[in-house]
Amino acid sequence: MTRAAPTPGAVLERPAPAAAPAALVPDTFPRRLVHNAARFGDRVAFREKAFGIWREITWREYLEHARACALGLRALGLRRGDVVALVGDNRPELYYLAMGAQALGAISCGMYQDSLAEQLAELIDFAEARVVFCEDQEQADKVLAMEARLPRVERIIVEDWRGMWRYRHPKLLAFTELERLGREAARADPAAFDALVAEGRADDVAIFCLTSGTTTLPKLAMLSHRNLLSQGENFLAVEPHISPSDEFVSYLPFAWIGEQMISYTLHQLVGFTVNFPEEPHTSQRDFREIAPHFTFAPARIYEGLHSMVTVRMLDAGWLRRTIYAWGMGVGSRLVDLEAAGRPVPWWLRLLRVAAYWLVHRPVLDKLGMTRMRAAWNGGASLGPDYFRFFRALGLNLKQIYGQTEIAGISCVHRDGQVRFWTMGAPIAHTEVRLSEEGEILSRSPSVFLGYFKNPEDTRRALRDGWLHSGDYGTLDPSGDVILFDRMGDVIVTADGTRVAPRVIEDMLKFTPYIQQAMVVGDGRPYLAAILNIDLGNVGKWAEDRGLAYTSYADLSQRPEVLDLLEGLVRETNARLQPEWRLAAFVSLYKEFHPDDDELTRTRKLRRRHILARYRDLVEAIYAGADLFQTVVTVRYEDGRVAELRPVMAIRRVEPPPVAAPPAASPAAPSAGPPRPSP
Amino acid sequence: MPVGLPEPRQPAVTAAPLVEPVLAVEHLSLRFAGVAAIDDLSFVLHTGELLGIIGPNGAGKTSVLNCINGFYRPQTGRILLAAPPAAPGAAPGPLEEITRLAPHLRARRGIARTFQNIALYPGMSVLANILSGRLAHMRASLLAGGLHWGPGERELLAQRARVEEIIDFLELEEHRDHRVADLPYGIQKKVELGRALALEPRVLLLDEPMAGMSADEKADMARYILELREVRGLPMILIEHDMGVVMDLCDRLIAMDYGRQIAEGLPADVQHHPEVLRAYLGEAVAG
Repeated sequence: MTRAAPTPGAVLERPAPAAAPAALVPDTFPRRLVHNAARFGDRVAFREKAFGIWREITWREYLEHARACALGLRALGLRRGDVVALVGDNRPELYYLAMGAQALGAISCGMYQDSLAEQLAELIDFAEARVVFCEDQEQADKVLAMEARLPRVERIIVEDWRGMWRYRHPKLLAFTELERLGREAARADPAAFDALVAEGRADDVAIFCLTSGTTTLPKLAMLSHRNLLSQGENFLAVEPHISPSDEFVSYLPFAWIGEQMISYTLHQLVGFTVNFPEEPHTSQRDFREIAPHFTFAPARIYEGLHSMVTVRMLDAGWLRRTIYAWGMGVGSRLVDLEAAGRPVPWWLRLLRVAAYWLVHRPVLDKLGMTRMRAAWNGGASLGPDYFRFFRALGLNLKQIYGQTEIAGISCVHRDGQVRFWTMGAPIAHTEVRLSEEGEILSRSPSVFLGYFKNPEDTRRALRDGWLHSGDYGTLDPSGDVILFDRMGDVIVTADGTRVAPRVIEDMLKFTPYIQQAMVVGDGRPYLAAILNIDLGNVGKWAEDRGLAYTSYADLSQRPEVLDLLEGLVRETNARLQPEWRLAAFVSLYKEFHPDDDELTRTRKLRRRHILARYRDLVEAIYAGADLFQTVVTVRYEDGRVAELRPVMAIRRVEPPPVAAPPAASPAAPSAGPPRPSP
Repeated sequence: MPVGLPEPRQPAVTAAPLVEPVLAVEHLSLRFAGVAAIDDLSFVLHTGELLGIIGPNGAGKTSVLNCINGFYRPQTGRILLAAPPAAPGAAPGPLEEITRLAPHLRARRGIARTFQNIALYPGMSVLANILSGRLAHMRASLLAGGLHWGPGERELLAQRARVEEIIDFLELEEHRDHRVADLPYGIQKKVELGRALALEPRVLLLDEPMAGMSADEKADMARYILELREVRGLPMILIEHDMGVVMDLCDRLIAMDYGRQIAEGLPADVQHHPEVLRAYLGEAVAG
């Protein structure tokens, strides 16, 4: 560990690669499509499952549809710089229309199909969309219900008219009708489309992409053709294996930058086939039928696949379970040696061949991943245990790091250098450095043009051409990016030590007995944790030891359970640098719950709410108390109101550390990269 | 928006006008060992009409459907079905008597039904169950069908295409290859409707299609029934106990009690008919 722990104040910077990005010949999406239609002609661009059969759409047909959409939209009065909002499940029509809009010089803006009507209307209005494309009745109903609040929307284009036989709204237009208008216009003026495409500039805004924001204004990142296409080129430079004969399955929301990245950008750059599942419910099955060559998904997808396999194996017979456990053991040993960069003995390689045919291949086959060359995990990072699981199966799972504001990807694991705890290394023509506060900054031709109508957030994110991610992290000796936490969640203790609570919480949660954990200590002399026991596992643990308990609240305060937790906290502390160690913990009498505003619906901590709700508890911890009683009013579903007075023990794990001089406290755990192991 | 643009065009609605009779029941009576299950019942079902039959338990509602599709032979009375239209979309032909026709021949003439208690092939897939409804339309011989080659293969592909349209309509893609016995009750009900539709019926008889369903499933089923009427103009007779559903969906209602028709007319009128109140609520209230 020579230069692993950057001290605050020092700025680590990666040198920019020497070669400048090569200029692209067809430098806008419509020009790329024209180029591809000429290049690929009757090869398959899209495949959509409809009526139980995969139906093919060639590159030539893609262009024809895009042309019809472009001229149809123009006939409706759409002009350069206007916005088309698109909402629906993934279908080729979304892509025809996005491409058609961009051919006009207009901007496509994907919206999440599961948005509530209110949220959808707010975004459509904020984006100043003049035309909204709705895939079906479900989406059209939302837009029509909110129509009074959408004065700018002139047309609502609907692809699937099912159930809408009585709809007579003057703004409604069938997608087929739009294309008919476009084809008529093309017949009248055959050169119109080419003239429009020729007018486009690489620096025109191509898409608005929604990102999650904490401020009141929505954040619509404006990305140009150049942003997206250079991002694709720079990604391909480090992932050169993607070829025109590859298959990809598009089932994640069109509005997500990851989908724009692959099904839109890389698709145009490489020319592989994008497959659309029949229905969201059939996507897993359709995925398996196609067996794609690569995939890009957020962590929850991999977590879901892992639990699916695990649950199936728990149901299997003894023989299968034994062989499976053996096969996974062989795979894990190999993966651990590789990740540590150590040599793999010949006999392990031999066992691995047997395990592949007996275990790994059959499991991968069920997942539709037998042909997969690379599986990227984007968005939130995936736990090391999941990484080990999938890589043990022989799946080339790699982490991706990036933001919507840099067109998706700035870092990716390189083959042969997949270290679970990092986010990978920057892609071509991309620089990553740390700010003095430890914020991850990046710069590349793909850094966005700004947020639409949101100069305040734009100023915060974009300074001197550097994208400020809001992520707190560091660089490991090899130059890989390590992500700790969101900047806003970083805890600064009284002596100035910067702590990433998520790192500690993840280590705590990795044990089967702790379900949730929240580390507190901002502005305090030491760190403490509020823990939720895992009722199932701790309950089982108690039963195995003959401990009786009545409820979650009762179990959570059993001295034996507190001893168990204390042991776990001490173990965690042993793997942390002294400044990051927990001095106290509380086992909460209840679980954090979304209904109490303590968790998001996706089970992320809502730190501010928790701190406000348990303010007195936190005060008691730092007042040095050993017990804390609270009064809780419980309202049952039948309307009864009861008062509970739970008492919680505050356990002291070690004496509060003597205040260390701030300058000597590194921003990273001294034990190297945080790498919890079971 | 520039002036002079064509108005948005929408897919044509094909529901036929509500005039031509497609099915007529005349003075129908059915007795089991002296007990009158149906007593001198007469009604007419028109093109594109959704006719509801309501009544307390044992009123004889299901017996009416059983007479129409040929499971029961009525002692007196006639059942008439319109001949197929001369051309697709044209008015139905003249009424022909089918009172003495065997059930499978009535099915071939276009009468399909679903059952109060699900009557599917539990060990077969959803696809196979719906395909079984296509039997009346299959032409290839058993041997050719078994060979999966030549005319048999073409036949199967054509039939499969029709089945897929139904799977799409009822949103059964997810369950296409699942065994029917493994599916929840609400989905099995949908499969049953799918099999009835596979017959390409000219008259559809629905015997409590929503019994035992959750509110969501009922809403879905109501949507399918409405779409069948509005878009395809399929005439249907619906027996249902959920009054809310009946009142919302049906064009016209017939109320029965002890095998007799006690009221007939628009849903709102039938609902408040004194005889209907008496049948459902007893004497005291109706007075």
